[in-house]
Amino acid sequence: MKKSSMLDLLVLVVRRDLVLAMRRRADVLTTLIFFVMVVSLFPLGVGPEMGMLRKMAPGVLWVAALLASMLSLGRLFSADYIDGTLEQMMLAPQSLSMLVLGKMVAHWMVSGLPLVLMAPVLGLQFDMSVQALVVLIFGLLLGTPILSMVGAIGAALTLGLRGGGVLLSLLVLPLCIPVLIFGTGAVEAASTAMSVSPHLSLLGALLLLALVFTPWVTAQALRISME
Amino acid sequence: MLEVRNLACSRGDHRLFSGLNFTLNPGQIMQVQGANGSGKTSLLRTLCGFMIPDEGDIVWSGENIRDLDEDYYSEMLYLGHLNAIKDELSALENVRISAGLSGVEINEKETIAALRRMGLKGRERLPTKVLSQGQRRRVALTRLLVNDAKLWILDEPLAALDVGAVSLIQELIAEHLARSGMVMFTTHQPLLVAGMELRSLTLS
Repeated sequence: MKKSSMLDLLVLVVRRDLVLAMRRRADVLTTLIFFVMVVSLFPLGVGPEMGMLRKMAPGVLWVAALLASMLSLGRLFSADYIDGTLEQMMLAPQSLSMLVLGKMVAHWMVSGLPLVLMAPVLGLQFDMSVQALVVLIFGLLLGTPILSMVGAIGAALTLGLRGGGVLLSLLVLPLCIPVLIFGTGAVEAASTAMSVSPHLSLLGALLLLALVFTPWVTAQALRISME
Repeated sequence: MLEVRNLACSRGDHRLFSGLNFTLNPGQIMQVQGANGSGKTSLLRTLCGFMIPDEGDIVWSGENIRDLDEDYYSEMLYLGHLNAIKDELSALENVRISAGLSGVEINEKETIAALRRMGLKGRERLPTKVLSQGQRRRVALTRLLVNDAKLWILDEPLAALDVGAVSLIQELIAEHLARSGMVMFTTHQPLLVAGMELRSLTLS
């Protein structure tokens, strides 16, 4: 037997959640397929007018990513809550924030990263330029982890509530508005040949802020939910 | 040493118990008794720090558990009504992960040896969803073997277990007490630990 460090614990939680996600693949695919469906419906519904599609592309992709990430949030803590694993996590001799961070990272890798990888393919449906696509990917890379982290606070607060899913979206979506504004702003700036760095820098700043505060806030919310 | 001073606890507006005092010294075992709804589980959960007591202090080797926080958690082990095992993972993976969460890294050989001692030979690599209720409880109880916690808090450890498993748990508890460990538990079945004085605390 060997004592484990904080980093070991983080790696353990991420690996555990990834293994679980791989054995419950349907959950992962739902998020991705929802994202693909929602984004693909727009060109079909709006019609094939290139100028309009190009203009609405960043907004549609970002809103779809936002909604898709809401789908999987409900499951972030609830499975562990129901089978008692969450109790054991609270009794871990390491900080609960670290465990929560691990769960956030795993959640992003399972539900955020596939969206980022899929986005350029979907962007082609909207006739987006290569430049705009690159900025979109960078924006999503910075933005989707924020969605997972802010969403985790909502998931922790609504843990064990009936109909928590809707409440969760109502809590979390308003908090994600800044991410949406800067994410779409960056792509628009790229397509009008303006500088994208202010938007991406602000997204990066939001990400850092979320990284510092959300694990702790989520840990506190979990403690309240467990009482 | 675990010391409880003037503890009071309530669920909603209902006061479960108040003015509770006891001390548990190394090598001692205490059974919490009481009718359904008398607050046994609430007491154990309060000792784990899940619930904040209305009044009173819980003191572990001289310091309040609220201040000790992680230092206390590294010395205690809680086994609740819920097994805390994942259906999708095998018994082996479950035990290794829960040991990892409690801060202990164990290798595959040690885990398999522990699972065999719990009577799960040949079931180590099966997903736990195919195991029976009693076997799943045994997987959860394997945590007792792969942990070096001093204080065990066991809520109904014997639920769903057969006679063989019950005597095994008695054996494990006796070994733990001989290592000057401490045990607090609740049960509705008789649990006899050889050569140990069983103290009981009755909630009413």
